[in-house]
Amino acid sequence: MQRRQLLQMAAAAGLAWSAVGRTAFAATATQAGQQLPGNKRLIVVFLRGAVDGLSVVVPYSEGAYYQQRSSIALARPGQDGGVLDLDGHFGLNPNLAPLMPLWQSGKLAFVQASGSPDPTRSHFDAQDYMESGTPGRKGTPDGWLNRLLGAEPPVPAPAGTHASVTRGISVGATLPRIWAGANPVANIANGARATKPTLLDRPQVSKAFDALYSGDDAMSKAYRESQQSRAEVADAMSPAAMDHEQMVADNGAPLPNGFPDDAARLATLMRRDPNVQIAFLALGGWDTHVNQGGAKGQLASRLQPLGQGLAELATRLGPTFDDTTILVISEFGRTARQNGTGGTDHGHGNVMWALGGNIAGGKVYGRWPGIAESSLNEGRDLAVTTDFRQVLAGVCAHNLGLADNRLAEVFPGFDATPLNLARA
Amino acid sequence: MTLPIAPTMTRRSALAAALAAVAWRPAFAVEDANGAQADALHVLNRLAFGPTPGDLDRVTRMGTPAWIAEQLHPERLALPSFLVDQLATLRTPNETQRELVASYREMQKEAKEAKQAETASADGKKPGTEEGGERRKQIATIYLEAGEERLLQALNSPRQLEEVLVDFWFNHFNVYEGKGLVRVLTESYEREAIRPHVLGRFRAMLGATAKHPAMLFYLDNWLSVAPGYQPRRGGGAAKASGLNENYAREVMELHTLGVDGGYTQQDVTELARILTGWTMVPQQPRKRRFVNGQDAVASNHGDSIFGFDPARHDDGSKTWLGHSVAPGGQMEGEYALDVLARHPATAKHIATKLARRFVADDPSPALVARLTQRFLDTDGDLRAVMQSLVDSLEFRDPRPKKFKTPYQYVLSSVRATGITTTNVRPLMATLTQQGQPLYGCQTPDGWHDTEADWLNPNAITQRVNFATALASGRLPLQRVDFSDAPAGANGMTAMERQTDRAMNKDMAVEGSTPPVDAAALLATLGPAISDKTRAAVAGSPPPLRAALVLGSPDFMRR
Repeated sequence: MQRRQLLQMAAAAGLAWSAVGRTAFAATATQAGQQLPGNKRLIVVFLRGAVDGLSVVVPYSEGAYYQQRSSIALARPGQDGGVLDLDGHFGLNPNLAPLMPLWQSGKLAFVQASGSPDPTRSHFDAQDYMESGTPGRKGTPDGWLNRLLGAEPPVPAPAGTHASVTRGISVGATLPRIWAGANPVANIANGARATKPTLLDRPQVSKAFDALYSGDDAMSKAYRESQQSRAEVADAMSPAAMDHEQMVADNGAPLPNGFPDDAARLATLMRRDPNVQIAFLALGGWDTHVNQGGAKGQLASRLQPLGQGLAELATRLGPTFDDTTILVISEFGRTARQNGTGGTDHGHGNVMWALGGNIAGGKVYGRWPGIAESSLNEGRDLAVTTDFRQVLAGVCAHNLGLADNRLAEVFPGFDATPLNLARA
Repeated sequence: MTLPIAPTMTRRSALAAALAAVAWRPAFAVEDANGAQADALHVLNRLAFGPTPGDLDRVTRMGTPAWIAEQLHPERLALPSFLVDQLATLRTPNETQRELVASYREMQKEAKEAKQAETASADGKKPGTEEGGERRKQIATIYLEAGEERLLQALNSPRQLEEVLVDFWFNHFNVYEGKGLVRVLTESYEREAIRPHVLGRFRAMLGATAKHPAMLFYLDNWLSVAPGYQPRRGGGAAKASGLNENYAREVMELHTLGVDGGYTQQDVTELARILTGWTMVPQQPRKRRFVNGQDAVASNHGDSIFGFDPARHDDGSKTWLGHSVAPGGQMEGEYALDVLARHPATAKHIATKLARRFVADDPSPALVARLTQRFLDTDGDLRAVMQSLVDSLEFRDPRPKKFKTPYQYVLSSVRATGITTTNVRPLMATLTQQGQPLYGCQTPDGWHDTEADWLNPNAITQRVNFATALASGRLPLQRVDFSDAPAGANGMTAMERQTDRAMNKDMAVEGSTPPVDAAALLATLGPAISDKTRAAVAGSPPPLRAALVLGSPDFMRR
């Protein structure tokens, strides 16, 4: 509704959406599906700051869990503030209750005790490795999502049209490491600004700047990618489309700002624009060294919008959800033992989440090493029994249908067996 | 020092020859005005936030060596009276750390009471919210004033290098305003722990940041206590019963040694033990244990609330980075900071970051090695290190190699227009939109500093929109009424909305500025704007010309 008003205002002020890329949209939309096999989609959600996986998928049947975490452990199922039972051993944090329907319908899976073969406890190195897809190797120039974009080169656009640049979409004002590389990626702003008209949408303004950014340099390319993707986003999220969205949304209630709002917008875009096959969002605030809380408190208040947003993403993708895999990843887990200030310090093994119509869910994957004192990595953290690349590569191979030789390009130097999370 | 000046035509080849032959000709004659202007532009781009009207001529006339010498001694440059007057209106710099923390605690208390009252009252009204709202507004004002103090100086201070370095070093020792108490302490942190030391000793800045309550709170060290510590009374800090290794890790990884600086998890834990008891004492200290000799409330600054609490300190011996550290109270931590400040890995880490900021994304190993050596030889004298940097051949290469960060882009744009800013809120909102909110980097690593971090499709669009709005006079940069739309708890949504609206309006809003004159702008920027861009500008409708200059690819680099 707000958007319509804006557009009316824009029209009154003499604004018009740029026409650049519109014909391109029509042409490339029909080619969608030739890029990743079967029009498969991937959304990666990165939790920066190391989410405490032991508070997400809680090993409530293990006594050691309650010994290690005297004041921040989550209660057993059925108790006040207790976890939601998953499989008789693990329970889901109650703040993620909106995800339980997905678990029950077999569309949500977890991989416990997954993580990096590299031992670093630096957030920044660990994130770097998870984004480059090459743990332990700092020199890798590009990110694995960018390599995935390039793994199946798009069919050349017909003469007179532009190749789509919206195959990869990043939400946020900057492009993170995971997208670094040769293939063009568009990013859209967080929040409602993503679809608002700007001064640059005025034809006389864009015409003047087009001339300045007509070169072959990185800035000119970025400019053109932005102009084209904005036009495509404007098409996919026209006022009529947004009105329809409003109708199907629960009671038309506005979503809280932040992740749920961004997730809903992304879902709409992906459903309406088949060119968008890979998307990325990041959210921070998981570095809970102090008073992280249990069923309530600091971590709980972060998990609530995350759960709500992921559920929103699944719902609003509609039928597209069947072809979509959503991965939730974080650079490492946190210490099994709570620290001296009611929080947890940097650890090692963590949990990875996978949601999607094609995920063989309702199951916690991965070999569980336990968190009794003797089982801990370096005497303090959950051990890693599944390399994070087994999960990423597994999703690429089995859910996205990427060929083996392409997989080797996306994850160079990785030779373990990818984990199959796909429905048979 | 001497900074040779070469004519534009021959400069690049002269440089190449000099680099190849290692023989640097000590001084070129100023053969033409263009070359001298290019040099002036270069230092204004790298050591300042770009030229303001008249700067190119002024620096050209006085010569870049003289200008640099001034910049390295900012205390010799007087602030203009209008800036002094603007800064004098700020209230936060006059508040003590204790008062600031008290304001925050009051707000928390009032918010809690309001919530309880809300729950208790059947009609759902919110008694007490009025007052709580006032307090919240006060907190928001403290944050806004931090932004004003920073941006007004960065825009208008003649001590430009100091301003560039304040940005660099705040970012190096980053704290995030969105984390609790930090919001009210950001201004104090920058003014007390960063600004006085940017051309001083690294060890002094390291110590000042370690003891400032903003850092103690941000990286949790204020709560880290000896395992088994039994607090005497209740209260927030009383929840602590053992180590928190957050600060101990980041001070080595980010502030000093660098992630590959050769420390282990064991070293992190041992340093955390060494630093137990480094905390803050927001209440007036009464207990003797806070004031006994060297373990005193350690306030070398008048109102510091840093305190060393022996009761929380882990008294055992430690083995850290191969050193045996005998029990010594606060002096253990002082010793640790000494070791870190003098460590070769620290020198290299700092040298690399400075070279990346001032020279190139991927600075030459030879330059880094020279700066590292200078840092070690002078015991971390940052003025000496900066002097070596500006004297280097690598620095003198005048090609614009650095892609501006949003902060540099926004500041250099406003400076180039010559607009006198009295309302920085549209600039703060713009920085948020461009992904670099002021004081808003959540993680302790600070903003990264390379083209790959900032050049992306959305960034170009955002910059072009900002350039167009600024050049056409749409931004209310001269608005003086700050009473409405205070900063929200999570950034500046009201500020952003306001700025968005202003940017898209075709009529002037209150406090907006006159359209920027393109010819004057081109004169201000001189050789920064290429012939190609000048031709495109000349062929465009007059109302868009200044926008094209500021939004041009040329102006995105420095």
